[in-house]
Amino acid sequence: METHEALYQQGVARMEQLRHLKPRHGETLQDKMLQNGISRRDFMKWTASVTAMLALPLPFSTLVAEAAELANRVPLIWLHMAECTGCSESLIRTDTPNLDSLIFDHVSLEYHETLMAASGWQAEENLEHALETYKGNYLLAVEGAVPTANNGAYLTVGCKGHTGLHIVKQAAAGAAAIISVGTCAAFGGIQAASPNPTGAKGVYEVVDKPVINLGGCPPSEKNIVGTLMYFIMFGKLPALDMFNRPKWAYGARVHDNCERRGRFDAGEFVEEFGDQGAKEGYCLYKVGCKGPYTYNNCPTERFNHHTSWPVLAGHGCMGCSEPNFWDDMADFEKPLGRQLLHGLDATTDTIGTVILGATAVGIGAHAVASVFAKSEEE
Amino acid sequence: MSKRVVIDPITRIEGHLRVEVEVDENNVIQKAWSSSTLWRGIEVILKGRTPMDVGLIVQRICGVCTYSHYRCGTEAVENALGVKIPLNAKYLRSLMQTSLYMHDHIVHFYHLHGLDWVDVVSALSADPALAAQVALKYTDKPISAGEGDLRAVQERVKGLVETGKLGPFANAYWGNGTYKFTPEQNLIALSHYLKALEVQRVAAEMLAIFGGKSPHPQSIVVGGVTSVRDMLSPARLQEWKQKHAIVNDFIIRAYKADIVMAAEAFGTEPSVLGGVNVKNFLATEDFLLGDGQYMFNQGVIMNGDLAGVSDLNPDWIKEDVTHAWYKADGPQHPFDGTTIPDYTGFVERDTVYGKLPTVDGDGKYSWVKSPRYQGEPVEVGPLACLLVSYARGNQVVVDAVNGLLSATGLPIEALFTTLGRTAARMLQTVIVAEEGLKTFDALLTNLQSDESTYTKPEIDPNKEYVGHSMIEAPRGMLSHWIRIKGGKVENYQAVVPTTWNAGPVDAAGNMGPYEASLIGLKLEDPTKPLEVIRIIHSFDPCMACAVHVMDFKGTNLGEFKIDPNGF
Repeated sequence: METHEALYQQGVARMEQLRHLKPRHGETLQDKMLQNGISRRDFMKWTASVTAMLALPLPFSTLVAEAAELANRVPLIWLHMAECTGCSESLIRTDTPNLDSLIFDHVSLEYHETLMAASGWQAEENLEHALETYKGNYLLAVEGAVPTANNGAYLTVGCKGHTGLHIVKQAAAGAAAIISVGTCAAFGGIQAASPNPTGAKGVYEVVDKPVINLGGCPPSEKNIVGTLMYFIMFGKLPALDMFNRPKWAYGARVHDNCERRGRFDAGEFVEEFGDQGAKEGYCLYKVGCKGPYTYNNCPTERFNHHTSWPVLAGHGCMGCSEPNFWDDMADFEKPLGRQLLHGLDATTDTIGTVILGATAVGIGAHAVASVFAKSEEE
Repeated sequence: MSKRVVIDPITRIEGHLRVEVEVDENNVIQKAWSSSTLWRGIEVILKGRTPMDVGLIVQRICGVCTYSHYRCGTEAVENALGVKIPLNAKYLRSLMQTSLYMHDHIVHFYHLHGLDWVDVVSALSADPALAAQVALKYTDKPISAGEGDLRAVQERVKGLVETGKLGPFANAYWGNGTYKFTPEQNLIALSHYLKALEVQRVAAEMLAIFGGKSPHPQSIVVGGVTSVRDMLSPARLQEWKQKHAIVNDFIIRAYKADIVMAAEAFGTEPSVLGGVNVKNFLATEDFLLGDGQYMFNQGVIMNGDLAGVSDLNPDWIKEDVTHAWYKADGPQHPFDGTTIPDYTGFVERDTVYGKLPTVDGDGKYSWVKSPRYQGEPVEVGPLACLLVSYARGNQVVVDAVNGLLSATGLPIEALFTTLGRTAARMLQTVIVAEEGLKTFDALLTNLQSDESTYTKPEIDPNKEYVGHSMIEAPRGMLSHWIRIKGGKVENYQAVVPTTWNAGPVDAAGNMGPYEASLIGLKLEDPTKPLEVIRIIHSFDPCMACAVHVMDFKGTNLGEFKIDPNGF
C-alpha cells in the first residue's frame, strides 16, 4: 500500500495527463456552477466531503476539485444486463443537488440506455462509435448480471441481436477500467440465487480484466460517484478488499458503525417488530439484522441525501453488499447465528474475524441477559 | 413493397424491449411486434423459500416502481395467511405509494418520455424573454421559466451542442417533423427537464423517510411496517409533509402546465391522436384515504363503453403463451399456470438497415406472456385507472378529468389517444399528491389513540395456503399469486402491468395494446422511428417486471435446452 504522498503524486501526474486530453466542451465547471448558483465555497465544501468520504487526508481536496473540473474528458459507457434498473435509479438520486448533476454532465456519458435520447439503431451506433473512438480510454460501468446459460441466449440487446455476454466481453476489451455497479453485476445478484436458472454471473467471472465491485442492492449514489471520482483522480483502481470492493466504502462492518450499537452492547433487543423495543430503537439483531456480517458504509453515509437507511427505518440490514447474500443470509428476519459464511477477509482482517467471534459470544450473552431482564419485568 | 423496421434497444425505459414494425410503400405501419429480450427467472428462485422473504425478493423484479412489487408480494402472503395488519401500517404503506407515484411519474414524463416531445436542438433558437411570456399562458405561476432561468438553461445546453459532442443527447431524432413545440415551448420544457432532476431527488427522499431508502425500501414485513420510530416522530412526519409540498408545487406549476402546453401544440398532430386501439381497460381500487375509502375504484371497461363498467373478477384472468417463448396447452389462470421456457430465437431477414435477426411473428417471439380478461386483451395504467374511476362517477376524478378537458378545449374522445394516455398520467399524479394528504391526516388522527404497526403472522407447516393481492402500481394493475405448502413457497406468479400491455398476439390472433397501438401509424422516416418510440413510451414500459416465470409443476428447467444458433 503506497503512502499518501506517493498517491498524491500519482494524482498530480494523472491530472496532468487528463489536461492533455481533449475536453468534451469548452465551458469550465466554474462557469457552469456560477450559472447554477453554486459558489466556489459550496464547491470546496463538497470536495472536502468527498475527500473525507474516500478516507483521504484533507490536502487531497484540491485534487478532488481538479478532478471534478477535468472529469469532462473521461468517456463513460454504462451497460444494462440482467437487472432491474435500481442502480441507475440510485445514480440519478446523487445527493448534492445541482452540483452532482453537473458532475454527471461533465463525465462524457456516451451510452446509458435509461438516459440517452437515441433509441434502436441509432443507440447501437452510439455504442459502437464510443467503443471505437475511445478505445483504451473509457470507463465501463455495468449494471446487472450476465446470463451465461445456453451461451447467453437469455439476454439479447440491439438490432443485431447480440447477447449480453457478447456485448460485455467486447466492451471490457477496450475499457480503461471496469466498474460493476451493484450486487448483480458484481456477484450475480438475485437472478444468480439458487437455482440460478439463467446461469447469471458477475462481470468479473466473464472478463479477463480486474473489475471493481460495488456491492449493494442498489449501492448508494455516493459509493457509485465516489468510485468514479477515484478513478478520474488517480487513473487506477482504489484499494480493494478480497471481493474487489473499494475499501473506502466497504472497509468497515455495518455493525461497527451502527447507531444502535449501544443497544447491542447493553443487551437491549427488539424481540418482535412494533414492540416497545422497536419504538425505543433497540438493536435489531434478533429480528434478523445482518449488520455483523456485512461490510458497507450505510450507517455513516445513509441513503437519499442522508435521509435514512434500513436500520433507522426499523428493519435489519439484509447483507445486500455481500456475495451470495440471497442464499447465505436468507430468512432475512431471523438471526443468522454463528453460521460460517463465505469467508470474511481472513488475510487482511484477522482482527475483524476475532471481533466477529467475540460478537457471536456477546450476542449469546446479551440474549440471555435480555431474557432475565424480561422475566424481571413480568 | 413492405419494409421491416427493427427498434432495439428501446431506450429510456426499464429493461430490455425490442419493437419491430412493417410499413407499406407510404410508410404506414401494417404489422407490429413487441418482444422482450431478457428472462431472469425470479419466480423459479422463490420456490422453496420462506414466504417472509417474498417481498424483498420480488421487489428486485423492478427498481423503478421499486416499492410496488415489495408491497404486492407481501400483501399476497398476508392474504394467504389471513393476517390483518394494523391501520397505521396500511396508512404508512399508502403514503409510501403516494411518494413513489410522485417520484415515478415525474421521472417518466421528464426523463424517459420527455425527449419524445421536446426537441432539445430547437430550444437553442428560442428567445428567452418571449419564452418567459409563453410560460405564463399555461399557468399564472410558472416555475423555472423566468427569462433569466431560461437564458441560463439555453446557454448551458448551447455550450454542449457547440462542441459537437452531445453525450446522452447524441444521434437522436432532433428536427423530426412530429416535434410540434415552438422553440420557446421547447426551452420551457427543457428547463423543467433539468429542474425535475432536482425535484425527483426530494420525492425519493419522501419514500426513504418511511422506507429506509429509495430505490428498494426495506421497511415492510408480513404483518405490517417497521418504521415505527419515523411514524412516531413529529419532526419526521413534518419532513414528509414539507417534501410533499416541494414536489407538489412542481407538479402543479410545471408538470400540469407542460401537459396543457403539449395538448395545445400536439392537438392536431396525427401521430399522437391514435394509439389506443385496444379499448378495454382494467383497474383495481387503491390508495387508502381513511374510513375504508379508496382514492381510485376497481372495474373493467370493454369496447370503450364507460356506461357498462363492471366489477373486476380475478377468476377471469388467464395467460396465453401461443407466441411467447414458453410451452403450454392453452390459456391458464395464474394459480394453475405452467411456465416452461421454449426459446426459438430470431429469423434473419431484410430490414431498412440491411439484413438483421428479426422476430418470427408466425412463431414465438417474446419472453412476455399475454394476459387476457375473459379472453380479451386489456390496457392497464393511469389511463385505465382514471377511465374506470371516471365511469364509476368518482367525483375527484370526474372533476380532474373535466377540468383538464375544459382547460385544453378537448372532447372526452381526446383521452383515447397517445396524448390522452400521457395526460392521464399527469392527472393521476395531481390526484395522488393532493388526495394523499387525506391519508396523512387519517394517520395523524389514528395516532392519537393507536401506535400499533405490526401483527405477528403465524404459519402452520401442516397447512396449505393460497392467496393473492392486486394493487394499482404506477404502470397499472399488478397482481401477485402465491401458494404456500410446508411453510415454504410452493408456487408464485406475478401478472404485471407491462405484461398486460406488451404481450404478443394470443391464440385467437388478438394483438395486445402495444402492438395494436402502432397499426396505421405513418412514419416520417422509417429509419428514424420517433413516432413509434413516443407511443411505446406513453405506456411507460417496465420490461423487467413483465418477464417472469414460475415452474408450477416442478419441471427441471435444465432439461430445456436453448439453441444458441437460433439467431
